[in-house]
Amino acid sequence: MAFKQITSPHAHAAQNTSRVMQLVIWATVPGLIALSINFGWGSLINVILAVVTALACEATIIKLRKRPVAFYLGDYSAALTAVLLGLALPPLAPWWVVVIGSMFSIVIAKHLYGGLGYNPFNPAMVGYVVLLISFPIPMTIWVTPLALLPEGVSHPGLAESLSIVFSGYSPADGVTGATPLDLFKHSSGLVVEQIYQNNPLFSQGMFAGVGWEWVNLGFLVGGIGLIAARIFTWHGPVAMLGAMTLMSLIFWDGGSSNSPGSPLMHLFSGATMMGAFFILTDPVSSAVSNRGRLIYGALIGVLVYLIRAWGNYPDAVAFAILLANFAAPFIDNYTLPRTYGHTDRRRATEKEED
Amino acid sequence: MSEVTVADVVKNGLWTNNPALVQLLGLCPLLAVTGSVVNALGLGIATMAVLIGSNTIVSLIRRHVSDAVRLPAFVVIIAAFVTCAELLMKAFTYELYQILGIFIPLIVTNCAILGRAEAFASKNKVGLAALDGLMMGLGFLAVLVALGGIRELLGQGTLFADMHLLFGASASTWVLRPFGENYSFLIAILPPGAFLVTGFLIAIKNSIDAAAKRRGDAQKSAPVKGAKRIRTTGHIS
Repeated sequence: MAFKQITSPHAHAAQNTSRVMQLVIWATVPGLIALSINFGWGSLINVILAVVTALACEATIIKLRKRPVAFYLGDYSAALTAVLLGLALPPLAPWWVVVIGSMFSIVIAKHLYGGLGYNPFNPAMVGYVVLLISFPIPMTIWVTPLALLPEGVSHPGLAESLSIVFSGYSPADGVTGATPLDLFKHSSGLVVEQIYQNNPLFSQGMFAGVGWEWVNLGFLVGGIGLIAARIFTWHGPVAMLGAMTLMSLIFWDGGSSNSPGSPLMHLFSGATMMGAFFILTDPVSSAVSNRGRLIYGALIGVLVYLIRAWGNYPDAVAFAILLANFAAPFIDNYTLPRTYGHTDRRRATEKEED
Repeated sequence: MSEVTVADVVKNGLWTNNPALVQLLGLCPLLAVTGSVVNALGLGIATMAVLIGSNTIVSLIRRHVSDAVRLPAFVVIIAAFVTCAELLMKAFTYELYQILGIFIPLIVTNCAILGRAEAFASKNKVGLAALDGLMMGLGFLAVLVALGGIRELLGQGTLFADMHLLFGASASTWVLRPFGENYSFLIAILPPGAFLVTGFLIAIKNSIDAAAKRRGDAQKSAPVKGAKRIRTTGHIS
């Protein structure tokens, strides 16, 4: 297996890829539940559709590459990629959006680069960005959170959701609306106080927009669980969240009409927590050493904030992570840990003395 | 270089040494303007014309230009032909000229052209050099059109749209819409799509070559059992 965990000699139980991937999939459950409660059946349908497509693509490609199909399907990596993609996509997106994204993730972003362990970019985020660039309209329609639906209206039920997803018609106007980050992007003339008062999305929420805060809390809980289970270290997520907090504190300016929003809003809106704990911790495409992960995470945090505040897109986790994936080998080159027995750190390009 | 034959020149330009798929030269226009067949065709024909012209002239003056100044001389010749192409396009296909914009003058910097002048035309006779220009140009044109066709079809679901820009009003009916009216898949039109489709084309070419090589190897007679290896030194054919 190409993907080995770096363990110290005293580690007592070997991790294997399949177990790690399954644990990460389980850890997305709180986030998925929060999404389903607040935004209806859409996310679950996305996830299932994406997983089915991804497994079919994975099996086909592995067959073409003449590798053992059952062995590679058993590592759950394709399933995890698909779960993350399905969670990132807007609920009730048309089925072909999910299918194309999932195919792109597995076939082009993963297997054309050599399969698990060789992909320089996070496959789920490549699929997401391809969709965002190619189909801007279905990708920017978000469902209104349950708490904000008018009296007597609820989210479409399972059967109706399925018919919306497969018929390709966009859901009715009443059940779709702007996300918190959209609101900030499009309310440039208002001071933050007014945005909060005028939009029930904020005025009825606790700190970062109705529904969204729960989704992010769900991913936060899952992520902390994974750190506790030692699937990944705290360095990447903490660096990213720290950098975002710092950036949004510096540019918060007390809430004028130029303010891109409060630190709490940025931490608990959009895909922040999902990105911090489930995407940037991907061991294949991130930096490797702890010091490297601190830099890598901070770079992502800064980029997310920059694009959110001054870029064209309301959310930026996917773009920021792809850009940082580019930089990961470079970061690794300068953050090679000191080997035991050597006095100084080496750079990866240095030759061993003989 | 006297052993270069006409067949070699043809095969090199169109396939074995294709400027776009093997030498990977001139990628800038290749990736930038191949959003549709008509753009690709326009730029491809202009490039081919410049390539034939520059190869011919460079070959004619090859004995009269000293090595020290040969590159500036080549560039001036190429620039002259590009200016001709630009003015011709302005005169006859003005709309297409406006769409292609900066990429027409940029043909000067297409390294495939300078590369052929330096590597082939400055060392060969006029006829061969002109033929090389034609074949390299055709190879480049073919890849441009293939890319343009694939990207146009994937990206906006049409094929041969806006052909009237190049072939006059009667060609405006050539457009095909195999996927219906509302199809669009923007990434194929955007730069990432150009890289992806180019990558796939290169992969297809390489796999065809590999298959041909395998067939060739299979047809070679198997070594006779018990035959001795003969050691040869100093002569590798």
